[in-house]
Amino acid sequence: MNRRMFGQWAATVALAISAAFAPLAQAADEAPDAMIKRLSDEVLGAIKSDKAIQAGDTSRILALVDSKIMPNVNFARMTAAAVGPAWRQATPEQRAKLQEEFKILLVRTYSGALAQVDDQTISIKPQRSAPTDTDVVVRSEIRGRGDPIQLEYRLEKTPGQGAGWKIYNLNVLGVWLVETYRSQFAQEISAKGVDGLIAALAERNKTNANAGANTSKKG
Amino acid sequence: MRTRLIRTSACAGWVLAAAVMATLGGCAAGPNPRDPLEPFNRKVSEFNQGVDSIVLKPAAIVYKNATPPLVRTGVSNFFGNLRDFWSFVNSTLQFKLQDAVESLARFQVNTMFGLGGIIDVASELNIERHKEDFGQTLGRWGVPPGPYLVLPFLGPSTMRDTLALPVDYQGDLLRKVTPSAPRDALYVLRAIDARANLLRIGGVIDEAALDKYSFTRDAYLQKRQAEIFENKHDDDKDGAEPKDGEIPPLPDDGPAKAPAAGQPQPVPAR
Repeated sequence: MNRRMFGQWAATVALAISAAFAPLAQAADEAPDAMIKRLSDEVLGAIKSDKAIQAGDTSRILALVDSKIMPNVNFARMTAAAVGPAWRQATPEQRAKLQEEFKILLVRTYSGALAQVDDQTISIKPQRSAPTDTDVVVRSEIRGRGDPIQLEYRLEKTPGQGAGWKIYNLNVLGVWLVETYRSQFAQEISAKGVDGLIAALAERNKTNANAGANTSKKG
Repeated sequence: MRTRLIRTSACAGWVLAAAVMATLGGCAAGPNPRDPLEPFNRKVSEFNQGVDSIVLKPAAIVYKNATPPLVRTGVSNFFGNLRDFWSFVNSTLQFKLQDAVESLARFQVNTMFGLGGIIDVASELNIERHKEDFGQTLGRWGVPPGPYLVLPFLGPSTMRDTLALPVDYQGDLLRKVTPSAPRDALYVLRAIDARANLLRIGGVIDEAALDKYSFTRDAYLQKRQAEIFENKHDDDKDGAEPKDGEIPPLPDDGPAKAPAAGQPQPVPAR
């Protein structure tokens, strides 16, 4: 009897442990297009069920981005690519600040778009890469009212346990995000250096936050 | 009146561009090889923003507040339908036969069953829209975009797409409306409708950009490139970062959406 109970207990524990690790194993093996599909559905679902996000609450959107999206993004690589050659001379503190300010800028920019999500659905286009590729583009399309919006992601497969695929560039309607910032960043850096760029980003974020506060007061 | 305005402004763009090029003469291109006319372009951008904030944007707001959404959708559909016909012609010129068939089908279905294009029946039937203009056709044929150019009233363009404008103007079905008074009214309505559709985007570019001019230019050139080579993705390079020290290759192509002649390229919303 005791032995049987122990057997049951052990089986339950084993099941619980494998259940806990299954998502990890799945994440590591997950194909990039499957990951984008899962991520898109999760984010859309989270927005649809959250009134605060629909109302444009930036802090809630930031929380959603941090919990759902950022773990799947190599944001350091993204920032480095936008900053260009000056990244290599930047100190670790400067790099951290650049990433932080750039992230806030992007989140604010996209929060307006995210707040307008209602009945949209995501479809992923057929994948053209080989299963052995470690750097791929995943194409998706948001369908809702009006013309469909093309969204593409560039991902790299990072080695190591549980790392899996990480997004490092994003394309909206044919425009790559990193490329669009590269020459603006270069302008700031050549005029005022890396600290000048950090200051410019911080200033832009401050202005945006104030403008946002004003409109929400009015609205 | 709109027509004349567009024509004049396109011409003015040319003359001015030519003048600037002449004065620059041999003196080397600016920091951005795709934008040797940057000082000139920046001035025109400022001018366009002024025009937008004084004329076009207020008109679009009034229009949006005065008309119910259903009417506005009908108006957008109507102009979109006329555009589909020109897209059909250009898809054919580019040998994109599938797209051409779909654009023609859209035009026929919407004209016959959608009350002359006011109802977008074709989209309900899942017939996709493929926007094409003559600048895209030239690009497809291998004509390089040339320098970036901001046209007065019309906004971002390139040398090639500016050259294509008169052809787009010829292919604009609105031009066929005979009494000039209703035709000009339609031109104005089209401009306001296009601007009103951008109001929702609000100040996105203002918020996202450190330098609005560079942001618009870089996004525009990429978008135009993507529109022309939509089926020729380069999975090894698109959106990948440049090698160390290498100057990022600029997109080989011009602007977003060469505006159909008569349709001002609205200055980005604020």
